[in-house]
Amino acid sequence: MAIIEVNGLVKRYGEHTAVNGVSFAVEQGEIFGILGPNGAGKTTTVECVEGLRSPDGGAIRVCGIDPQRDSGELRQLLGAQLQQSELPEKLKVREAMELYSSFYRAPADWRDLIDTLGLTAKLDTQFRQLSGGQKQRLSIALALVGGPKVAVLDELTTGLDPQARRDTWDLIEQVRHRGVTIMLVTHFMEEAERLCDRLAVIDSGRLVALDSPAGLVARVDDRQRIRFQPSAPLDHAVLTALPEVTSVERAGSQLVVTGTGNLLLAVTAVLARNQVIAAGLRVEQTTLDDAFVALTGRSIDS
Amino acid sequence: MSALARLTATETKLFFREPIMAFFALAFPPILLVVFGLIPAMREPDPDLGGLRAINAYVPIIIAMTLALFALTSLSQLFATYREKGVLRRMRTTPVKPWVMLGAQLLMATILSLATTLVVLAIGRLALDVNLPLRLPAYLISYVLAALAMFAVGLLVASLAPTGKSASAIGTLVFFPIVFFAGLWLPRAGMNDVLRTISDFTPLGAGVQSLQDSTAGQWPQPLHVAVMLGWTIVAGGLAARYFRWE
Repeated sequence: MAIIEVNGLVKRYGEHTAVNGVSFAVEQGEIFGILGPNGAGKTTTVECVEGLRSPDGGAIRVCGIDPQRDSGELRQLLGAQLQQSELPEKLKVREAMELYSSFYRAPADWRDLIDTLGLTAKLDTQFRQLSGGQKQRLSIALALVGGPKVAVLDELTTGLDPQARRDTWDLIEQVRHRGVTIMLVTHFMEEAERLCDRLAVIDSGRLVALDSPAGLVARVDDRQRIRFQPSAPLDHAVLTALPEVTSVERAGSQLVVTGTGNLLLAVTAVLARNQVIAAGLRVEQTTLDDAFVALTGRSIDS
Repeated sequence: MSALARLTATETKLFFREPIMAFFALAFPPILLVVFGLIPAMREPDPDLGGLRAINAYVPIIIAMTLALFALTSLSQLFATYREKGVLRRMRTTPVKPWVMLGAQLLMATILSLATTLVVLAIGRLALDVNLPLRLPAYLISYVLAALAMFAVGLLVASLAPTGKSASAIGTLVFFPIVFFAGLWLPRAGMNDVLRTISDFTPLGAGVQSLQDSTAGQWPQPLHVAVMLGWTIVAGGLAARYFRWE
């Protein structure tokens, strides 16, 4: 059963329609990504799910709860990490955890959380003295301290250096292993591809596509391209005879084989049979970036 | 520990981590009383104040000023800063009801200003021979009404100010007329009729007179009770009307 259901969500700000009929369902235990360029309506969508904004149309259910009608119960079940949300400058990590634990009916063990998030050494450090990565991790800890069933993480790794970003991704996977369903808002392709089971691509307030990262790529183009330098001359006909191959071209000393399906296996099997070694072999695939451009007609950073 | 108790305790800890603010709210009022007390003329009966010693007139004024300090520096600035930094927004995602945060701030301001008040009263009694309130229940009621009116004004500033910095600027602007009409530069007994009438309608003008009346053993005047209640309802209502959590 879906843990989050969004049906025909509409949210307007004056004349501007920020979200225009978005529908999706998130399954229990999933990492569900919401991907789109800045200003696409991602944050507005999750803020409606979090009950922070009231929708102008459509229906939302989180664990069967209407966020507008029963926000008290929702807040026990849903942990939110918001963009641009700070803590009092001089509040210490320990105090923040004790304080936020006291807000919940059945809080998680915050010491255990802090340990998982690698902040144990920082317990007596004030918020203002934490690095960007540490602030983000504390923010995740606060989103999880209520022992939520669902965690909504908005632009979690924006502003982090590459190493901190990768560490945060590992953390998200650990959180999922605790049994928490995660809704992740991002505009980083790599993040979406690496973490998400499924992605909702949102552009200009509309849902453009909903699929797994691989599914999105395949939907746009499932062609693959293999480049290699054959160790001996090879008759192109033995390759074009394969059902997976659509074309073979010569580019300088290299062969470029284009095709679909399990292209790599088919081609390497033929090469082995003909005792040809493929030097410098590379497989080029359509990336999620390409898929995004194809779906929205523009690059995510534009 | 309940959320309210935990929040109040945490906010109080944070309050003491801002030494300048803590100094002004907690130590400045007693120091001011001691300084005034060191001036010999302040300890003599003053015909301009109807034979009252100036130092006696200043005890309730300084107590009222303490309320203004809490309301217009600590309370308003803290709330506006918390809104600006997204602290309130984050809190909105938790099961804690918004009023709990408000309650914690008011509780802290009440407890700390009460502590300062007790210190001021004790110094007045022990060092300066200023008598303690004769009618204690009346004094407590006057104090609570003055505190409510002043905190409502502080919250209104917090509601209207877009940032923490502007809350502190507006707070300072509001602070001076309020403590002027409370009598900080010229006690009410020395004011001319126009000034005293204006003072009657300010939260702390009414507050100081009520504290003075109950110190002398009377009940506060209905006008002053009504003025303080009026400020609480109007400023509090407007604060609630314009309050934004983000």
